[in-house]
Amino acid sequence: MADGLADGPWAELLVALPLAGMLLALPLGGRQAHRLALLVLAAGPVLALLLAAQLWQGGVVGVALGGFAAPLGIALRADGLSVLMLLTTAVVLCATGLAARAGFAPRPGQGETRAGLLFWPLLLALWGALNAVFLGNDLFNLYVALELLTLAAVPLVCIEGKPEAVAAALRYLLFALLGSVLYLLGAALLYGAHGTLDITLLAARLQPGPATWMAGALMTAGLLAKTALYPLHLWLPPAHAAAPAAASAVLSALVVKASFFILLRLWFDVMPALAGLGGATLLGGLGTAAILAGSLLALRQERLKLAIAYSTMAQLGYLFLMFPLAGGGTEAQPWSAGAWTGGVLHAVSHALAKAAMFLVAGLVLQAAGHDRIRALQGLGRAMPVAVFAFGLAGLSLMGLPPSGGFVAKWLLLTAALASGQWWWAVPMLAGGLLAAGYVFRLLNPALSAGEGQGWRPVRRRWQAIPLALALLSVALGLAPLLPYLLLGLGRSPAAEEGLG
Amino acid sequence: MTALYLLDLVLVPAILLAACTAVGTRDRFAAVVSFIVYGLLLAIAWVRLGAVDVALAEAAIGAGLTGVLLLGALARMGRRADEAAAAGPPGRTLRLGAAALGAAVAAGIAAAVLALPEPAPQLSGAVAEALPALGLGNPVTGVLLAFRGYDTLLEAVVLLLALLGIWSLAPDPAWGGLPGLRHRARPEGVLAWLGRLLPPVGIVVGLYVFWVGADRPGGAFQAGTILAAVWILAVMSALVEPPAVRSLALRLALVAGPALFLAVGFAGLGLAGAFLGYPAAAGWAKPLILLVEAGLTLSIAATLALLVAGTPERAAG
Repeated sequence: MADGLADGPWAELLVALPLAGMLLALPLGGRQAHRLALLVLAAGPVLALLLAAQLWQGGVVGVALGGFAAPLGIALRADGLSVLMLLTTAVVLCATGLAARAGFAPRPGQGETRAGLLFWPLLLALWGALNAVFLGNDLFNLYVALELLTLAAVPLVCIEGKPEAVAAALRYLLFALLGSVLYLLGAALLYGAHGTLDITLLAARLQPGPATWMAGALMTAGLLAKTALYPLHLWLPPAHAAAPAAASAVLSALVVKASFFILLRLWFDVMPALAGLGGATLLGGLGTAAILAGSLLALRQERLKLAIAYSTMAQLGYLFLMFPLAGGGTEAQPWSAGAWTGGVLHAVSHALAKAAMFLVAGLVLQAAGHDRIRALQGLGRAMPVAVFAFGLAGLSLMGLPPSGGFVAKWLLLTAALASGQWWWAVPMLAGGLLAAGYVFRLLNPALSAGEGQGWRPVRRRWQAIPLALALLSVALGLAPLLPYLLLGLGRSPAAEEGLG
Repeated sequence: MTALYLLDLVLVPAILLAACTAVGTRDRFAAVVSFIVYGLLLAIAWVRLGAVDVALAEAAIGAGLTGVLLLGALARMGRRADEAAAAGPPGRTLRLGAAALGAAVAAGIAAAVLALPEPAPQLSGAVAEALPALGLGNPVTGVLLAFRGYDTLLEAVVLLLALLGIWSLAPDPAWGGLPGLRHRARPEGVLAWLGRLLPPVGIVVGLYVFWVGADRPGGAFQAGTILAAVWILAVMSALVEPPAVRSLALRLALVAGPALFLAVGFAGLGLAGAFLGYPAAAGWAKPLILLVEAGLTLSIAATLALLVAGTPERAAG
């Protein structure tokens, strides 16, 4: 039995099952689609845990699809980074699916509605696309997975049919397609120069030269547009704020991390030796700008969802500090690959915390019918569990102990100081203070003793969903060793030694 | 030989001219027409480069289908688009900046392409070696359905998602109804005549292109496009109504291809020991590949036709 579990096709199933669910949901129709989707989503954490066990027992999992070995065929590869992202994705999607019943499950006696049908196959396709990204080991296949992701994500933004959401979705689509084109151009150049797009083979064959340099630049630019790094962030706040809360949660928590994940693969696995100091410093600089600009803008928003969306823009900035800090002063740090691990843990803890925040925002909209921050007096009394979940998630964003965000930022901070690059510590600390500012500003009216005019009651079990996510985000800080050990499996050497 | 080089000498500037007109002209209709011409010229260029499969796809999808979509969008834009355009073109600095950035990227790509090794390292040898085991003669089909079948499976889902994206823009009251506006054609007019004359021919050609794909240029994507075009013509000449979006038969047709592909992929886990693998026993791979291609042809045809038809707008009559 143990052998059977260790050899199971978990990686393949993680891509195939969501797609099968998506295909079945359409003929099944809008009355039943949500049941099927929830059933399929529930299998997600189980499959991801099985894959984690497989990785733990047998090392990095490699699958030659169709039995055709690379470079002829396409390989899936699951290392610690993949598995941690897959686990996070499965958990966040389960929570989102449960929360989305409020808006997208059919009402009794009602026929099939547009949003009630389409939301579920889109959500399943999005999950399949994310899994395909986290498992992909072929640069062209990753392009296809990104296309799948974009075309599932964009309709989710405007699925409620509001005009401003359609405008935001269109802008998102244009940025995402620009990113895809740049990425594809780069992939074509790499194939022309090296005759393979398999990441493992490419890393071994890579020759510096104009084609490789240009490919790296084009692919990086394309992925930055999809990750919404400053100054290519213009699409993110309107899209994430206008989408229905359940969709915002997935978009902010996971979708932007997928393109960042490919960027990590590109820089740390494909071309670690070619990534020079200049490139890494540029990425770190843009990340710094994102932290400062995003936090300041989040402080000035009048609406809850927009403030959370700008906070995403800021938190994404931290991820890019990994590039200049990776490998610096390793001997002076408690953990090897401190900056790299910190960055990845930040991605995970932010995913959990941000999904919790958007789901709370969805409950606020449900209860109050609006999300104007100033008019949320008395919210704490109306839905205490949800407000508590928001506070816990905020703790993680600020980087206060004990939380996943604290461990992540502490690792990044230690790496900056240990390698003598203290200047990168400045945006981290400033970003933490600013995050405290905007989280407090969002919570302040909710905790004040206002009259709480006419809140529609929200049941405790709906409030428990974001609470579970927020608790997980905190728990990551209490048990950081487990993800750390997992992340060590199949990690790129450049994560320890640094780029260049 | 010289004649062919002379053709190239005309073709290359013509492609550039069509591309520049499509981008540069202010008249939207002229831009769309130039774009279609550009696609057709590009298809000829692919033939000249010996990539007949790519040429077929470029002509059918790049020029034909995209052209129809753009013309349809143009017809619907109407007045509102003029209002948007009245906001005026972007400022001079922005335009110069964009031009400089575009030129720099183009120069970089050109330099990179010129620096690529000759002969290019490629996999055509490996493909040719592995092809006979599948019973196929067309290497492109081998890559699309076997060696990189995973990509094709995901692409088929991407196409379906594009349709779901268009459906997500439908007005709520019309959900479940018929897509697109009602078409009218004079019963004795040219359109109605063509609508009766061409479909039988088109269906035969489409099925042939699907069938021949195993050994020669052709396959599910090209055949699906031809069949979709036949159906679009029949709808435009008011001979048939598109199916209602809630129709179960339609939904089954849309998902049949990717679902069949997934099912064969799962079967591969047991029969070939690998997801998306084909059994090693001689004579098994080709029928399975043809089965998947048949499903994909149906689904691609239905999806493309509905992409052109647009969002559901009318209650089912």
